[in-house]
Amino acid sequence: MVSEATNTRQKSVLWDWLTTVDHKKIAILYLIAGTLFFLKAGAMAVMMRVQLIAPEMEFISGQTFNEFITMHGTIMLFLAVTPILFAFMNFVVPLQIGARDVAFPFVNALGFWLFFFGGVLLSLSWFFGGAPDAGWTSYVPLASREFGGIGIDFYVLGLQVSGLGTLVSGINFIVTIINMRAPGMTMMRIPLFCWTTLVTSILIVFAFTPLAAGLALLMLDRIFDGQFFIPGEGGNVVIWQHIFWIFGHPEVYILVLPAFGMISEVIPAFSKKRLFGYTAMVFATLIIGFLGFMVWVHHMFTVGIGPIANSVFAIATMVIGVPTGIKIFNWLFTMWGGKLTFNTAMLFAASFVPTFVLGGVTGVMLAMAPVDHLYHDTYFVVAHFHYIIVGGIVLGIFAALFYWYPKMFGHKLNETLGKIMFWLFYIGFHLTFFVQHILGLIGMPRRVYTYLEEQGMDTMNFISSIGAFIMAAAVVILIINIIYSALKAERITVDDPWDARTLEWATHTPVPEYNFAQTPQVRSLDPLFYEKIHGNGKMKPAEPMDEIHMPNGSFIPFMMSLGLFIVGFGFISFHLDLFISPYIWIAVGGIITFGSMAMRSIKDDHGYHIPKETVEEMEKELS
Amino acid sequence: MAEDMEQPFEKSSMSNEEKRKINREQRVQMIAFAVMIGLTLLAFIAAGSDMLPGTFTIPFILLLAVVQLFLQLYYFMHLKDKDHGWPNSFMISGLVLTAPTIVALMLLIGIVKF
Repeated sequence: MVSEATNTRQKSVLWDWLTTVDHKKIAILYLIAGTLFFLKAGAMAVMMRVQLIAPEMEFISGQTFNEFITMHGTIMLFLAVTPILFAFMNFVVPLQIGARDVAFPFVNALGFWLFFFGGVLLSLSWFFGGAPDAGWTSYVPLASREFGGIGIDFYVLGLQVSGLGTLVSGINFIVTIINMRAPGMTMMRIPLFCWTTLVTSILIVFAFTPLAAGLALLMLDRIFDGQFFIPGEGGNVVIWQHIFWIFGHPEVYILVLPAFGMISEVIPAFSKKRLFGYTAMVFATLIIGFLGFMVWVHHMFTVGIGPIANSVFAIATMVIGVPTGIKIFNWLFTMWGGKLTFNTAMLFAASFVPTFVLGGVTGVMLAMAPVDHLYHDTYFVVAHFHYIIVGGIVLGIFAALFYWYPKMFGHKLNETLGKIMFWLFYIGFHLTFFVQHILGLIGMPRRVYTYLEEQGMDTMNFISSIGAFIMAAAVVILIINIIYSALKAERITVDDPWDARTLEWATHTPVPEYNFAQTPQVRSLDPLFYEKIHGNGKMKPAEPMDEIHMPNGSFIPFMMSLGLFIVGFGFISFHLDLFISPYIWIAVGGIITFGSMAMRSIKDDHGYHIPKETVEEMEKELS
Repeated sequence: MAEDMEQPFEKSSMSNEEKRKINREQRVQMIAFAVMIGLTLLAFIAAGSDMLPGTFTIPFILLLAVVQLFLQLYYFMHLKDKDHGWPNSFMISGLVLTAPTIVALMLLIGIVKF
């Protein structure tokens, strides 16, 4: 086949995927790696719910439970949801803005491999004396060398490496969206998913830097006898909480804004209407991004900062309800009077709206500083943030998966299995987490591995665990669906199976490596829809057919990340009794990383050109 | 394509007007640099002299610092130039986001210690 003949010609499959800089392939790598971490963290959640199904269970020990809560939270946020969102951002954003690739394809690959090796480093902790066990927030002094186990070293170094990956990817997306838009694609014409990606990337750049700084301080404390967080030696433990939440609160928006964007793509496509209030949506996104940095103290109301600081941050937090409400109403008005199609993607997208409102309402409840003293560290908080993260982000991700699957893999997912999965997941989700609100209100503390009977918690914990099993069954059905559809579903040959509106559906399926043979001329918001109504249904080209300049694949991102992985392991091994000295690990890793960087700097790589004839041949074959 | 890039160019492709612009730009840079040296000297003198009280010196050198920051960003880093809307908006949003954070942390950790 000609379409495979240009770039992957001389490469084996494995070598091609290890060296790829193509945004579509990196997206699939992100999707697979993210899904594996998602399954791992999900399995931990199921085991925790088995432990909590009845009072005084002895399914897992308290120590294992602590390791599970920490790893569940850390993996879900940093290594499952973030990469899955990056998968869609990587795949969809360049297509939606009419670009051939992201601005820095090499950096894109580097971002993926850094994330991947960071995740592997964190997961290695299971084999070296136990996983981190101080919660995903890793508060000191619990996480200090005096009280915290070796696992927290893996937490610090693993997140440092994977955080670097997230940071460079964020920078890459900012530059891509600002510089790579097709002619006519003004900022107020880019699809809302690109807007939320842009704002998310800005948040990443501003929020992951404090995280990196905080992790570096914690590393100095734990490995090199620093005193930043040790009160006895003049340190201050509250600084960690501040630094962590200056990162941690924007992190929530980093995760939820892309989900907002996905919903804003799926709902118009299946309502057959343009998105209601596009401009308001854009400004609401910007305002949410801005306010996300002004509210971190609401995680620390019970620290005792004082009534004035608490009030300021409580009011700032409640203000976030306003732009979020604007978004909710815009989604409702998009569906209002539309020609609705309720397939699996739309079911997930439509059910996102009420579920997310529930999470938002409890969010405003938690924002009230005086009552927060009651809610703090109870299951009410657990219920709240799972309503945001599962009911908001995961539903959004599933909607996006079913929506963009045909473009990514060339066939649709099975609708019947999809709908069964949706109902199981949706019912299981509410069973699991709704009762946890009440559990929290009657006083069940979070992060406990067991509870006593006859405190009124038995039935609700039982219901919650059953709900978790139903959710797990839904995820199993999704995996069956993916395998079944890969084997049985009919191949998609049309470009636009959903009759959708945005530019990614103007490319061929499967998407050729150069995306657009000729950069399209954009004439409106929802450009493909505009051409369907006012043109001939095809995008008008903005340039003549010509040879296409493409970047070369490279193995250097893999090596750079591998080097940092070894360096990270070397730092951890200061407190491991290994037969190889930590300095050797650090030296070897450093040589690999800096050697790769030197190689990248010295060796000129101008990429390659796909000749005009090949492009024409490929276009003919695909259409 | 790749071969051409390694060839040196024979003569400048700039027009006379562009050259004049570059010259003017260089002059502006030199003046800005001189002003900044002057401001730094002023700050050193203010901090070093015994005649000025601390209550005057601290706000004064902070003011000089703000002026310096402005000169650095707008004249040295070209934020004043055309087509710098994006760098400008990012720099401003960065300042807008970090300033309240730093102020809040100074008030919380610097004064009440938590």
